[in-house]
Amino acid sequence: MILLRLFWEFFKTGLFSVGGGLATLPFIYSMADKTGWFTHQQIADMIAVAESTPGPIGINMATYVGFTTAGVAGSLIATLGIITPDIVVILIIARFLQKFRDSRAVQDVFYGLRPASTALIAAAGWGVVKISLLDLSAGVLAAVFQWKAIILAVVIWLLTNVVKQTKKLHPLVFIAISAVAGIVFSF
Amino acid sequence: MKKLWELFYAFAIVGVTTFGGGYAMLPALQREVVEKRKWATEEELMDWYAIGQCTPGVIAVNTATFAGEKQAGTAGGIAATLGVVFPSLVIITIIAAFIQGFADIPAVQHAFAGIRACVCVLILNAVVKLWKKSVIDYKCFAVFAVVFVGSVFLHLSPVVYVIAAGLAGFLLKRLEVKA
Repeated sequence: MILLRLFWEFFKTGLFSVGGGLATLPFIYSMADKTGWFTHQQIADMIAVAESTPGPIGINMATYVGFTTAGVAGSLIATLGIITPDIVVILIIARFLQKFRDSRAVQDVFYGLRPASTALIAAAGWGVVKISLLDLSAGVLAAVFQWKAIILAVVIWLLTNVVKQTKKLHPLVFIAISAVAGIVFSF
Repeated sequence: MKKLWELFYAFAIVGVTTFGGGYAMLPALQREVVEKRKWATEEELMDWYAIGQCTPGVIAVNTATFAGEKQAGTAGGIAATLGVVFPSLVIITIIAAFIQGFADIPAVQHAFAGIRACVCVLILNAVVKLWKKSVIDYKCFAVFAVVFVGSVFLHLSPVVYVIAAGLAGFLLKRLEVKA
């Protein structure tokens, strides 16, 4: 039964997430809230693994969530769930490719969809901030800020946006640096 | 049948040589699909890519379905898609199984606490990149603001926002034409 539910949840994710990669994130968060299959903290760890292993991020996330929820069968079912709507939609579009691309209505819909997709990902990002850089369960205001993690985040931001020599490096490199920092400074 | 296997194999290579998905996939696709096998031209690939980005679902899967469909119809589309997801299935399942056994070790927990801080920045970077392409005027900003505030404070399914935003885009553009 859980497999059926898993398929359905990822079918919806595949059908409604636009923009690839992290666009699946808001759906996975909402899945965690609704089903209790996994925690927000686990999602953050899954993102790290999905970003630092080969393969499309959306598929990696589906496989990971599926495995966490229901083992090997779960990874298979979740992945099948997320690719099924994709395959159907694209097979249909491939039949009349040109018409689809030139359609005003389609372009107009996407004019509204794109900023919404960005906002959903940003909101999911806020979800990760809440569990990694802040500790909202802390009673005192000073204890809310996880300073070590915040400093690390600032360093990583500088390395990925400002420092010319490191800007273009693969995300895997920054994930590895952060893992080492986490162990050395015992986060 | 040979063609289907070839599609599966070529896209499995694309899957296993791509880290991070999205744009990271383009070089691997160019190498396998355009240069090595001549299944598509550079322009076709770009078109598939562009459509993949604005249709639902994972971009890599969308592109694979397009390429496979062109080579061998519906079965080809399915074979290519299964190919591109196959490495993920194997690799992630192994890693997930492995991590579950090690999650209680303090060093592993510290490492992941560090990694989570990094993930915040990676998401921020992705959002900034998307922002530049998607929030192009004040109406787009309004859509962004409503969806962001809504999804931080209300616990609605993302599906609701996606449908509402698509509708809003359609209506906003219609009003623009009339004005």
